Amino acid sequence: MSAIIQYALYFAVLIALAIPLGKFMARVMDGEHTFLSPVLAPVERGVYRLLRIDAGEQMGWKRYLASVLAFSGIGLVVLIALQMLQAVLPGNPQHLPGVSWDLSFNTAASFITNTNWQSYSGETTLSYLVQFMGLTVQNFVSAGTGIAVMFALIRGFRQVKEQGLGSFWVDLTRTVLYVLIPLNLVFGICLAAGGVISNFQPAQKAELVEPVAVQPNADGGWSVIDGAQIEGDTVKVDGKVVEDARVVTEQFLPQGPAAPQVAIKQSGTNGGGFFGVNSAHPYENPSAFTNIIEMTSLLLIPAACCFTFGIGVKNTKQGKAIFAAMFILLVIFTGVIAVNEHAGTPQLADSGAVNIEMTDGQAGGNMEGKESRFGIATSSTWSAYTTAASNGSVNSMHDSYTPLGGFVQMLQMALGEVVFGGVGCGLYGMIGFAILTVFIAGLMVGRTPEFLGKKIEPGEMRWAVVLCLATPFAILVCSAIACMVPGLADQLNNGGAHGFSEVLYAFTSCGGNNGSAFAGMNCNIPWINVILGLEMLFARFMPIVGTLAIAGSLAKKGKVAESAGTLSTTNGMFVFLLVFIVLLIGALSFFPALALGPVAEFFQMIA
Amino acid sequence: MAMQKDMMGRAVRDSFAKLDPRVQIQNPVMFLVWLSAVMTSVLAVASVFGVQDAGVPTYYVVAIAVILWLTDLFSNFAEALAEGRGKAQADSLRAAKKDVEAHRIESVEDKEHFTVVPGTELTRGDLVIVRAGEQIPGDGDVIEGAASVDESAITGESAPVVREAGGDRSAVTGGTTVLSDWIIVKISSEPGQSFLDKMIAMVEGAARKKTPNEIALEIFLVALSIVFILVTLALYCYSCFSAGLNDMANPTSVTTLVALLVCLAPTTIGALLSAIGIAGMSRLNEANVLAMSGRAIEAAGDVDILMLDKTGTITLGNRQASEFIPVDGVDPAELADAAQLSSLADETPEGRSIVVLAKEQFGLRGRTLEDKGMEFIPFTAATRMSGVNYEGNEIRKGAADSVRAYVEAAGGVFSAECDEVVERIAKAGGTPLVVAKNRRVLGVVYLKDIIKSGVKEKFADLRKMGIKTIMVTGDNPLTAAAIAAEAGVDDFLAEATPEGKLEKIREFQREGHLVAMTGDGTNDAPALAQADVAVAMNTGTQAAKEAGNMVDLDSSPTKLIDIVRIGKQLLMTRGSLTTFSVANDVAKYFAIIPALFSPIYPGLGALNILGLASPLSAVLSAIIYNALVIVALIPAALKGVKYREVPSGQLLTHNLLVWGLGGIIAPFVFIKLIDMLLAFCGIM
Repeated sequence: MSAIIQYALYFAVLIALAIPLGKFMARVMDGEHTFLSPVLAPVERGVYRLLRIDAGEQMGWKRYLASVLAFSGIGLVVLIALQMLQAVLPGNPQHLPGVSWDLSFNTAASFITNTNWQSYSGETTLSYLVQFMGLTVQNFVSAGTGIAVMFALIRGFRQVKEQGLGSFWVDLTRTVLYVLIPLNLVFGICLAAGGVISNFQPAQKAELVEPVAVQPNADGGWSVIDGAQIEGDTVKVDGKVVEDARVVTEQFLPQGPAAPQVAIKQSGTNGGGFFGVNSAHPYENPSAFTNIIEMTSLLLIPAACCFTFGIGVKNTKQGKAIFAAMFILLVIFTGVIAVNEHAGTPQLADSGAVNIEMTDGQAGGNMEGKESRFGIATSSTWSAYTTAASNGSVNSMHDSYTPLGGFVQMLQMALGEVVFGGVGCGLYGMIGFAILTVFIAGLMVGRTPEFLGKKIEPGEMRWAVVLCLATPFAILVCSAIACMVPGLADQLNNGGAHGFSEVLYAFTSCGGNNGSAFAGMNCNIPWINVILGLEMLFARFMPIVGTLAIAGSLAKKGKVAESAGTLSTTNGMFVFLLVFIVLLIGALSFFPALALGPVAEFFQMIA
Repeated sequence: MAMQKDMMGRAVRDSFAKLDPRVQIQNPVMFLVWLSAVMTSVLAVASVFGVQDAGVPTYYVVAIAVILWLTDLFSNFAEALAEGRGKAQADSLRAAKKDVEAHRIESVEDKEHFTVVPGTELTRGDLVIVRAGEQIPGDGDVIEGAASVDESAITGESAPVVREAGGDRSAVTGGTTVLSDWIIVKISSEPGQSFLDKMIAMVEGAARKKTPNEIALEIFLVALSIVFILVTLALYCYSCFSAGLNDMANPTSVTTLVALLVCLAPTTIGALLSAIGIAGMSRLNEANVLAMSGRAIEAAGDVDILMLDKTGTITLGNRQASEFIPVDGVDPAELADAAQLSSLADETPEGRSIVVLAKEQFGLRGRTLEDKGMEFIPFTAATRMSGVNYEGNEIRKGAADSVRAYVEAAGGVFSAECDEVVERIAKAGGTPLVVAKNRRVLGVVYLKDIIKSGVKEKFADLRKMGIKTIMVTGDNPLTAAAIAAEAGVDDFLAEATPEGKLEKIREFQREGHLVAMTGDGTNDAPALAQADVAVAMNTGTQAAKEAGNMVDLDSSPTKLIDIVRIGKQLLMTRGSLTTFSVANDVAKYFAIIPALFSPIYPGLGALNILGLASPLSAVLSAIIYNALVIVALIPAALKGVKYREVPSGQLLTHNLLVWGLGGIIAPFVFIKLIDMLLAFCGIM
């Protein structure tokens, strides 16, 4: 019961905040007066003057696209340079060395595409300068880019026989200035108040309450010795001295400006943790209070985008319908994860060693890889949220979920991140699916299809399929290539179906621009870094090309009048169909892959 | 029946001819099947010679290859069958186009001297004379003379029609025959471009271009196919990798992967797509409507405003007298008598209906013009009255204002009572005809428009579908409003002029509506050119036919409604079969994936929810189903899916249940049945 209250609370908070934010963003899009205008309007004008931006410019879709690509391209180059040169740049109290070319490319691609896939551990790889001036900046502007492209799409629907989709520079400036900065200021302060660290100190050391003994392992690292007896510097197991053992008495406590980056990594659907274990780290997400802030902010802007879209295209019902479709999918997926995690596995129950009962003192179910301060409900909801939105931050270990829990996580990413998805991009991805749905359903009522009064013709269809199928395309191609590279199996923690899941998850996460990690696969080797980097770039920019092309083509069209013969795109039937088409395309593309991974694992589990 | 057999035979022959890769590549989805068939055939041959595909027996590879070829042939057959109907129609048209001799003359004045030239050599502007019994050698306009013409070769209608110089009945079509009298025709088409030529090309499908909607659908189908190609390629890689993780050899055969690809690709709709388009065109042809492009049919499905001419569509062609209303104390019988007398020689339907009404109500009968030495005064544009003079009496009937002018000019009185009656009739949608004898108003004849039975219900149905009907009439707004209300149209355009029509269409289009209209006269041409779907009457002028994008050979004003139905049905058929095709994939996955992967993970056998006999029979059953379903759906593709005039939501629900849910369930049932049959026959 308490678990159900938790789920209901999380959903309710999300909806309650998304609606007003959506309305606010619609005003920002059109440059209308908001309560922040007295403070920010002069700043906005200053930015335009400084950068010589023509605030009234109306870009055609190609020019808009060129601006997006140029902006992202420059971001990519700067980010690579920052990382490779971090050793000679300031803001590096740990004296970390420059990052390798392949990891720099991978990380740069990851952050400009709003993916935030991390082949590295932040605290041991990147300097504060890179984190703060490189990654955090991209966290803002890559999110802003997604929203800007969505604005352009909205104008495409709204324009009648026109060319202009607005100015990318204005959209980006307004989004960052009015939406992302104020929102994250609030989140950041709340998080810092809740205990998320925020400082510029080098890492600290602390004495362990109880020393542990380690010995070198085959991978060149260290493993904890089970059942060791520590006497001073000598380590004994069953009375025998272990020669190469070492005793560890101190703990490494990473520090840094975490709170602001955590705020934007959540709200901008970035997901790149300040620390390697992301929001499972007690410095990044210490309590239930910070957790609900982080979790809600994770889906807040993507959910608000639905309402912004509705207001923007002057059909608020349409916004609600899109929201309903996404929300239904989210509830279904959260439900499947939750049921499976609460149930645990037969293996946990069988051994008798694990009590998977839910009691007052414990969450029960499959607690492997989950923080005990969060439990099943909060971990499951987070994992559903983070794979629904293309966020990718985690507060638990996805590798340790039950097979069907992991199945849902992968499926949500494989669907193309349209269950709310990334800021802006989730919405325009869903519009791509809506166009496909309208096309099929529209034909069935005996009319050539139309959506929001615009005829869907070959031009729109061509780009809609690019928009919807770029993700499956990227995932299938890249994972298939990777499977054929000899030696991939050596990078995995597990064999069998779970091993395949680890590979599939990595490629699905990058192809969905999600960035969450199943872990269990070592991805920091050159060819994997490069292929994943390319996959992220493709999966991000092909849909942007498609979206802007659709916007450009729609803007030029006249509006068709609505009648009783027009297919309604706002009723329950359409929502149902949209959900169905999203699931169908996802299932058709990934059923074989998922069958060899989580599904096979599931049947092995219950066998 | 022989005809049917003939068509079947021709279709079967054509199916094989269409296996040519140059033909196949026109249809990308089927080209994929073709390539798959070639590939499995190669594997089959290799297998016969001992080069085995991963662990599958030779007979299996051969069987898959054969079924893939059949799949392709079935698709070709569907297309050939659809084309067959058109070809048969084209053959009969060609018979009409047999070479005719033309009698070319130099000028209208010199019609006795002609040179004989073959009809095919006539060019635009040539003058020919055609006499009784001769065939008209080419399309053109009658510039002198009048004749009755048998147009059955084109319209299928055996009753002859009159063609005469000037006015809206001057157009003649090559291939039709003059039955009586003679006409001089000015040829209006270049050789090979005549109406008949175009018609043959259209019904044969030779001029068929893919419509925008077809292209858009094809983009979707090709994209799906590409994804499925990637899925199967990736599957092979995954399978290799997973087998490696489990330390075993890759168990997945190329043959099975190819079979999976063909099963998943949207072959059902891919196979039937072009047949659906051609069949839509022939359904239109069967309704005796000739579309100038496939695009026009699709536009018909989108139309949401029908501009319908009042006369002939909404009302019977003619008004009928329904009441004699005397004024100023006149005896009703006197009015009836005068009205009948004035109408005796009036051959218009209105005139005749007055004679009949007088007979019915007052027993007035048996008089002819000769009786009293009567002189008939016909209707002229100047007087706008007609009537009769006899024995010094003068009876006139006409519109109220004309009669008023006539009466008042002679110092008579047009009473307020009469005014009142006239207005009352007009308001009720009738036409008042005022009758005066010796410049004294006797009363008014109430001419009533008779609304066709059933039109009101028809319009209500159309409204449910979101189609508005606009009545176009030359009547005054009062009359028009009354008729519009009675007929249940949504709006009307009164006192319509060609310019008014054009402006109205433009106005609707600005609001985003798609407008359909019919027209026949030359002055309709601009409006026809502006409308989205413009149906020209075959009886109409050449200009009207050229401006329209369809020609109605029956010249029936109600045809527009049928055209809309055919357009909608075409689009619905496309959508429904696509839904069916894609929905089928769910079951196919459940048949094939367990078969493919249970060697690696025996647990996946649990996904074999159909309990298919063996992995090989599962794949064979799926691919046999995939081929047979094409044949099973040919009737639906050719006839079109069931169409009802209901709102879009209901249509969608109905089609989703039938084609969507049906598409998910049907393959489960039939794949299981085929599998049982295979197991029963001991093939597996």
